[in-house]
Amino acid sequence: MATTNLKINGKEYSVDVDPSTPLLWVLRDHLNLVGTKYGCGVAACGACVVHLEGEAVRSCVTKINRAAGKEVVTIEGLSEHGDHPLQKAWEQVDVPQCGYCQSGQIMSAAVLLREIPNPTDEDIDLAMTGNICRCGTYLRIREAIHLAAEIQTKLK
Amino acid sequence: MESKTGQKKDMRSYRLVTALSVLAILMTLMVKISAHSGSAAFDPKDKKVSTVHSKKDSVKSVEAFSKVYSVLMSPRCVNCHPAGDVPLQGDDSHLHAMLPQRGKDGKGILTMKCTNCHQSENTLGTHTPPGNPNWHLPPADMKMVFEGKSARELAKQLVDPAQNGHKDMKALIDHADDDLVLWGWEPGDGRTLPPLSHKEFKEAWITWLKNGAYAP
Ligand code: FES
Ligand code: FES
Repeated sequence: MATTNLKINGKEYSVDVDPSTPLLWVLRDHLNLVGTKYGCGVAACGACVVHLEGEAVRSCVTKINRAAGKEVVTIEGLSEHGDHPLQKAWEQVDVPQCGYCQSGQIMSAAVLLREIPNPTDEDIDLAMTGNICRCGTYLRIREAIHLAAEIQTKLK
Repeated sequence: MESKTGQKKDMRSYRLVTALSVLAILMTLMVKISAHSGSAAFDPKDKKVSTVHSKKDSVKSVEAFSKVYSVLMSPRCVNCHPAGDVPLQGDDSHLHAMLPQRGKDGKGILTMKCTNCHQSENTLGTHTPPGNPNWHLPPADMKMVFEGKSARELAKQLVDPAQNGHKDMKALIDHADDDLVLWGWEPGDGRTLPPLSHKEFKEAWITWLKNGAYAP
């Protein structure tokens, strides 16, 4: 056990866990930030994607000591009022089926939109290829990302 | 009796002739081999090279390369030196699940950067991401492809600075101890090791290079 200082969604936290504990465990079991989901635990599905220093890391294989002192953003902190262009677009297109994969999908899409504000279908496919949806909402995800890009452009 | 002695003599001279012809064939072969591999993979006029290898032995060099080649074509090496822009995975070198892309710097793209899953060390358990602080593919402008290369093609590529990441002889020798190369011998649970130990590989690598880096 060791004390690890974390900065998640702009807030400071201190947790006493083994340094090899996955970030996902700390988020869900210690800090009750349960928007981030556990799908496979081996970096193969994308359900657990969060931002670590702006990168779309898989929190199930990211040990807590890697996140120490770094900026972490989870789905709860993507926007203050749940009004990130992606969240608005997701609602409008009614993307989710069961919803389990969706916070990971949105967190990945947020990195894509930051890097490529107006992505093509190909950009979307390349960026979202690591996020699996067992309900098969891929076409709605693609549509919502295009819509979010429009919303984001209008906001600028 | 006489005829038996005669027969013995015949047998002796027959054996002598056979031995001599075998010797002659072997010598011709040796000359042919060295003539064939006469295209040393290194240009002997290259100063950087000639200062390092004083003696050249094409047979020794080519022999050592066959060992080097067996390691470089093992999944632990070839999987990150793919012919396409998607890394390979597993002992059968299939395309990496999720099809992550090489990217300009060899470190992935957008949401699919190597280090988003690959940590600075192997993740415990089977079917989990292996790791190293410097996990990456060769960059897009220097792909250093191993996949599908013949021993001759690979030997020539490895010592061509325009294709090997601008490495000279010293950098090539040092590369045997590169952290990511060494990972091949500590690949984490469920992954087979290269066919030689790292010590044997390094020995063969240096023998190949120092004896003229001949392409088989
Ligand atoms: S739970 Fe992390 S990628 Fe599946
Ligand atoms: S909405 Fe059910 S897994 Fe994606």
